[in-house]
Amino acid sequence: MNYNWNWSIFFDQSPEGTGTYADMLLSGLLWTLATALCSWIIAFCLGSIIGVMRTLPSKAANAIGTGYVELFRNIPLLVQMFLWYSVMPEVVPENWGNWLKQLPNASFYTAVICLGFFTASRVAEQVRTGIESLPRGQRMAGTALGLTTAQTYRYVILPIAYRVILPPLTSEFLNNMKNTSVALTIGLLELTARARSMQEFSSQVFEAFTAATVIYLGISLLVVTVAGKIETRVAVPGAR
Amino acid sequence: MSASASPASAAPMIAINGISKWYGPVQVLNDCTTQVTKGEVVVVCGPSGSGKSTLIKTVNALEPIQKGSITVDGIGVQAKGTDLPKLRSRVGMVFQHFELFPHLSITDNLMLGQRKVLGRSAEAARSTGLTLLERVGLSAHAHKYPGQLSGGQQQRVAIARALSMNPIVMLFDEPTSALDPEMVGEVLDVMVGLAKEGMTMMVVTHEMGFARKVANRVVFMDRGEIVEDAGKDDFFDKPRSDRAQTFLSKILAH
Repeated sequence: MNYNWNWSIFFDQSPEGTGTYADMLLSGLLWTLATALCSWIIAFCLGSIIGVMRTLPSKAANAIGTGYVELFRNIPLLVQMFLWYSVMPEVVPENWGNWLKQLPNASFYTAVICLGFFTASRVAEQVRTGIESLPRGQRMAGTALGLTTAQTYRYVILPIAYRVILPPLTSEFLNNMKNTSVALTIGLLELTARARSMQEFSSQVFEAFTAATVIYLGISLLVVTVAGKIETRVAVPGAR
Repeated sequence: MSASASPASAAPMIAINGISKWYGPVQVLNDCTTQVTKGEVVVVCGPSGSGKSTLIKTVNALEPIQKGSITVDGIGVQAKGTDLPKLRSRVGMVFQHFELFPHLSITDNLMLGQRKVLGRSAEAARSTGLTLLERVGLSAHAHKYPGQLSGGQQQRVAIARALSMNPIVMLFDEPTSALDPEMVGEVLDVMVGLAKEGMTMMVVTHEMGFARKVANRVVFMDRGEIVEDAGKDDFFDKPRSDRAQTFLSKILAH
């Protein structure tokens, strides 16, 4: 293989004129983090609500929850990205569509919404499994004390369920972070998109993607470490 | 429907009137009728699968019924407009598997219902909780978590938790069945103490010693039916039905 390694490429000015290649990757990293965190907030809140709905006695709540999960989990993320970005502005009333199309950073907002809704379906499944893993008697004990259903969830069921699902929830968080790269298809200049531009401008493909890989790995390690700390912190004394 | 139709003086604390319950096609309770009057201790016994645990859970509507009616202190459990959380808060319940909340300290377990259901202040709830904890002999464990206590200790905390709501009646669903034998006594002692103080109690249990000691009446169930409902002495000395005789001979043989 005839390849010219050049690790100092990161300090060269990029042809975009906005700084070095390192600056370019850094700005990609910031978009990746912003997209990952904002979409996670949606995914966690919405996913918790949907997951809880699937465990309620109400048949209607169950049906809505199941419908949501099946819809958003079974359409490929890439297709969902295009649906939100290209199809959505065309099917809503015309003035909304026009407003959407001229929105600055539209690809960022779209990516946040799309990933948030997609990951919510996966969070919902974790929340439901966590709740269903608890002994039925816990719910009964809360109910028997006179707690309402909402109070039983708030003070008894969810605090235990979230502890149970903390490890799989960490995986979902990491998946969500990595899935932000799909948003390059709708023009979001996140880390993977930036690594690709760098490769196209400089032809240093190995350096560009090594950097991207190391950065993704670094974030993941950081997340796993923090999640481990949280787990230790919320661990229940004497729990089996 | 409501017991206000009957004379107030004779109104039972718990009145179970002809209730039936099905799980799908399977009938688990068949036309059960019994009462618990104020200050009375009623033991419910019977072979496993006889419906006794289901029966006691219908009293605070943890299990719905399809036929019949139940009143607690004159309030219809199935009646439309009954504030079930409020009714349940006045009915203490102790479960076979304790069901303490594992993520809360013992003190917080004792405070949760008082704070969120009764709206008591933190200080009032804590002081009530600690008083009750002392009463069940576990003051030293206030700061611990349920997983750090033995089964017998957990069940005593569960009794204290139920008492923290100042219940008008206590339901016990096989409170000693999940315990190692050496821990049964400490839990029964607490229950005997309660009975002697005049607490109205409905107790599902196999502990016939407890029944002999403090029960006023014994309800014997088999296959979803109440087969015998008799005074304690009548039940133990001259059970009328064959099924009760068989049950007693098995359970008292050892």
